[in-house]
Amino acid sequence: MVAAALSGPFRKPSILPGFGLTLGLTLAWLGTIVLIPLAALVLKSAGLGWEAFGTLVTDPRTISALKLSFGAALVAATINLVFGLLLAWVLVRYRFPGRRLIDAFIDLPFALPTAVAGIALTALYAPNGWIGQFLAPLGIKVAYTPLGVVVALVFVSLPFIVRTVEPVLAEIDREVEEAAASLGANRRQTVFGVVLPTLMPALLTGYALALARAVGEYGSVIFIAGNIPYVSEIAPLLIVIRLEEFNYAGATAVAAVMLAISFVMLLVINLIQAWSRRRFGDGR
Amino acid sequence: MDIRIERIAKTFDRYPALNDISLDIRSGELVALLGPSGSGKTTLLRLIAGLEQPSAGRVWFGAEDASSLTIQERNVGFVFQHYALFKHMTVLDNIGFGLRVRPSGRRPAKAEIRRRAEALLDLVQLSDLGRRFPAQLSGGQRQRVALARALAIEPRVLLLDEPFGALDAKVRKDLRRWLREIHDRTGHTTVFVTHDQEEAMELADRVVVMSNGRIEQVGSADEIYDAPASPFVFSFIGASNALPIRIAGGQALLDGTVLDLPPLAERDGEARLYLRPHDLAVVDAGEGTIIGTVAAVRRTSGHRLVELAIGSAGDRVEVEVPASRAVSAGEQLAVKPLRWRIYRDTNAQALAA
Repeated sequence: MVAAALSGPFRKPSILPGFGLTLGLTLAWLGTIVLIPLAALVLKSAGLGWEAFGTLVTDPRTISALKLSFGAALVAATINLVFGLLLAWVLVRYRFPGRRLIDAFIDLPFALPTAVAGIALTALYAPNGWIGQFLAPLGIKVAYTPLGVVVALVFVSLPFIVRTVEPVLAEIDREVEEAAASLGANRRQTVFGVVLPTLMPALLTGYALALARAVGEYGSVIFIAGNIPYVSEIAPLLIVIRLEEFNYAGATAVAAVMLAISFVMLLVINLIQAWSRRRFGDGR
Repeated sequence: MDIRIERIAKTFDRYPALNDISLDIRSGELVALLGPSGSGKTTLLRLIAGLEQPSAGRVWFGAEDASSLTIQERNVGFVFQHYALFKHMTVLDNIGFGLRVRPSGRRPAKAEIRRRAEALLDLVQLSDLGRRFPAQLSGGQRQRVALARALAIEPRVLLLDEPFGALDAKVRKDLRRWLREIHDRTGHTTVFVTHDQEEAMELADRVVVMSNGRIEQVGSADEIYDAPASPFVFSFIGASNALPIRIAGGQALLDGTVLDLPPLAERDGEARLYLRPHDLAVVDAGEGTIIGTVAAVRRTSGHRLVELAIGSAGDRVEVEVPASRAVSAGEQLAVKPLRWRIYRDTNAQALAA
């Protein structure tokens, strides 16, 4: 309905009043909160000129930091896609004592100060930590490596997938699964052929949110990453380092690149989502 | 494929939904399970399908004990009230689903699945809509797709749970006739659930009237309507009135007056006289007639429905009178039953027709 209103002429009479007012308010709000700071960022880095910008961005340290940030975020979001879905499945489909409690635990990564999470994870995964001491003899190092970055990002981005999938999963009609079974589909065929495709838009939304959160995460990662340049240094940290060096241009250059990549990724996910929604006939 | 239901019982959390139900359905028959909500009709249908497991009893498909088969193995076509279509699949993909999920040995080739899906789409008269998604179809079209999907697996029996319940009156009527045609053409043993007596009577070969987890009566539309086996069936099917009477010496007494009915071969006691509005004739007041005061008059398309208050208790009886006859409230009116049934209050046994 919104799509129809936007594509039509602005002054089309509508039974929903206030389109002009609400759109104006939306744009003003979005501009103040989101677009002006981002425009300033782009403007500042544009002041560098193409050549200086290119040098700063293609600096090996910058590139490895960007690779780590986006790579680890993708891995973490993908891990959460699987386990977030499982969690949501269990919480929606089964009734067991302690379900509400587990449901509440899911949101803790939202509420916990990220630094606390980072310190706790470091203490656990350090070679002498509770979990780390068992992993160390196996030759697995988590803390102070890119693996540690992934662990921290998995922690902070978990709630997004669970919370976006939960309501959609709860709304799936029991009858649809019964219909599949009556047609001869076994459990696996029903889940992969009927349930998961229905969850696709919600999974994508959750994935995009988790990814966005993971890319921008700073607080928890810097404690567990060890922050070794070229190895376990994330892009947001590099920005802070550049700022502390009073190298504002360098900081904005890295930020601008992050912004561009994030924007493209989210746009692509949104397009896939719009496409899959259209297939369901929701956005006709 | 004939279906035999043998002493089935089902309890949900100690609440009995079905009590000791036995029913034979002949091969190729179209049977309606009719009853008010909570009567257990949908539970019975789901038990036949294998969507529920009985607490006791067996379901036989021909000579095979279906109780031990899973729903996948039973090979039944099930149509849900709210269609339960796969909304991320096109109409053709929906219809072909049951064939696509077969194990590779029994799965037809892709082209064959497509050909069969298209043939079924023709059968349900939606030939041009194969590429649409369910959300782009009307309710009636969706239910036809659901039926085509159920028929695609070449089911042994076809089960429909309130198939027209979510559709508007006009579409319901069209689909009803159309389902009868499909049934006659494909010859599947078909069982459908409905709470709409008109639908059950019009569509089914035999109607199973259910109430409170029990079968009240099984019979053709004529038998159910003309010879209801219990007061429940009498009052559930069609319009009905009930008057408390007392039987004494083979005579029926209403409020102390003897009614002009043939002698009853029944012992004395309390009973109820059941009457349909159109089986009451307006007569001149006289001995043995039922006399009442007109409480209200309503005009329906062909006639007037007069509500009479009868006797000291003011029991209400609806009488159908020709539209040509003027009736006004407060008037005294005498009526005489043309056809009736008497049921004892305690046991639900019919005494006279």
